Amino acid sequence: MTLLRTRNLSAFYGDFQALFSINVTVEEGETVAIIGANGAGKTTFLRSVAGAIGTAPEMVLFDGHPIGGKTPHEIVRLGIAMVPEGRRLFPSLSVEENLLLGTHSERTGPWNLKRVYELFPRLFDLRQLPAPALSGGQQQMAAVGRGLMSNPRLLLCDELSLGLAPVIIRDIYQCLAAITAEGTTVVLVEQDINRALDASARFYCFQEGRLALTAPTKDFDRDAITAAYFGL
Amino acid sequence: MDWINILIQGGLLGGFYALFAIGLSMSFGIMRLVNIAHGDLIVLAAYVAMVVIQGTGLSPFASLIIVVPVMFVLGYALQRGLLNQTLSGGLLPPLLVTFGISIIIQNGLLQIFGAYDHRLQEGSIETESLKFLGSLDIGVYPLLVFAVAVLAIAGLQLLFYQTRLGRAFRAVSDDADTAELMGIDNRKLYALALGIAMIFTAIAGVLFGIRTIFAPSAGPIRLILAFEAVIVGGLGSMWGTLIGGMVLGIAQAVGAALNPTWQILAGHLAFLAILIVRPSGLFPRTTD
Repeated sequence: MTLLRTRNLSAFYGDFQALFSINVTVEEGETVAIIGANGAGKTTFLRSVAGAIGTAPEMVLFDGHPIGGKTPHEIVRLGIAMVPEGRRLFPSLSVEENLLLGTHSERTGPWNLKRVYELFPRLFDLRQLPAPALSGGQQQMAAVGRGLMSNPRLLLCDELSLGLAPVIIRDIYQCLAAITAEGTTVVLVEQDINRALDASARFYCFQEGRLALTAPTKDFDRDAITAAYFGL
Repeated sequence: MDWINILIQGGLLGGFYALFAIGLSMSFGIMRLVNIAHGDLIVLAAYVAMVVIQGTGLSPFASLIIVVPVMFVLGYALQRGLLNQTLSGGLLPPLLVTFGISIIIQNGLLQIFGAYDHRLQEGSIETESLKFLGSLDIGVYPLLVFAVAVLAIAGLQLLFYQTRLGRAFRAVSDDADTAELMGIDNRKLYALALGIAMIFTAIAGVLFGIRTIFAPSAGPIRLILAFEAVIVGGLGSMWGTLIGGMVLGIAQAVGAALNPTWQILAGHLAFLAILIVRPSGLFPRTTD
């Protein structure tokens, strides 16, 4: 069943057009990667789906219903959660308070504080600390946990690996498997192509706001990706 | 002993200024709204109380049962219907709009009630005093106002740090865009914030109306005192606001003791001195 579909999705920052007629389909339960160079429009795509950038209603369909132009808080309540680029934890809140912020979606499901702490045991010991006291990797775990606390059907992850050590990135991507095992659909935006392709079943490659290539990851052609990535 | 007396009177007066400032501090802390109409809203609350008292025969304290909900609804509606529209366009639109509200309130009150001075009468509590250690004379009413200020701030701290709503307020204050992405309806939350701020404005207005005479033009001076208390205390810190109010109150009391005409000037000078030495106030929390 198709969970997310964008139809000719275009997005603008003022007069600047950042996305041109993007058609992306995500099936329920699958993990899809969106790759592309800096400025390709990956983050803009996620922000359009999450409602942070306004679009025409029919440009974004979630579970068959048009959600383009709804506000972000309405969209979270429908079941789309965002793990924003750069974590964006609330600095004056403790780790646990940051996680609890996810409950403002007022959705029920498998995820609660206990389950998030089971997934990221280190966060349990750090739960009383202010968010900025955590290392980058721990902050990323908290940001993913905060997203899960809203019990999303679709989790949007923007640059999970940004600024983190390889060993930490590996840990976080291992946890992603536990998340998808709950039936949560995941869209990953990554600059780290190998990491993204390892974790996903299909990928879309964006280039300068346009869709350049899409394929299942198991039979991808590295040269084709390189060409699509750099526009060669 | 005289000087101890002066310090205590000044400190208690600071409770008053802190009460003036709580609403201002909240709306700035949560939505970065600099509410120029804040002083006039305090005066408006005093007039609302006056009308309630005349209409029902309640005492000023009892009139709060009606004045507080009225001001809450007014604050909620003001934010929801008007001020939310101004928040995305930078610092200037909310300043101009609240400046306009200030003019509307002042002239509206002048039109309806005239330029006469009014006062709310609460009876003997206004003049009673307690004697301590023989020569310390502490007015019951200033003590009560100070206690209300402390309780109000303690209550707000509980709200901010122990409740789900308070957590949402702090999150929105940190990063409004991300809070919205987490499912918080910022516009509704802002409306609630101004509603809650107006609860304290209502209390400040009634206590102010009992203490001194008020007229439609009394707002701007309350606004300046509130601003000074918030800035001396440090933006975003509620207990800082109380300390800021006490610094102003003590400076005024000391100034008045030296020369009665120096009272107001001494408060402003203390404010300027602190602004020079610590531009971000004594206990700053908000960083932008």
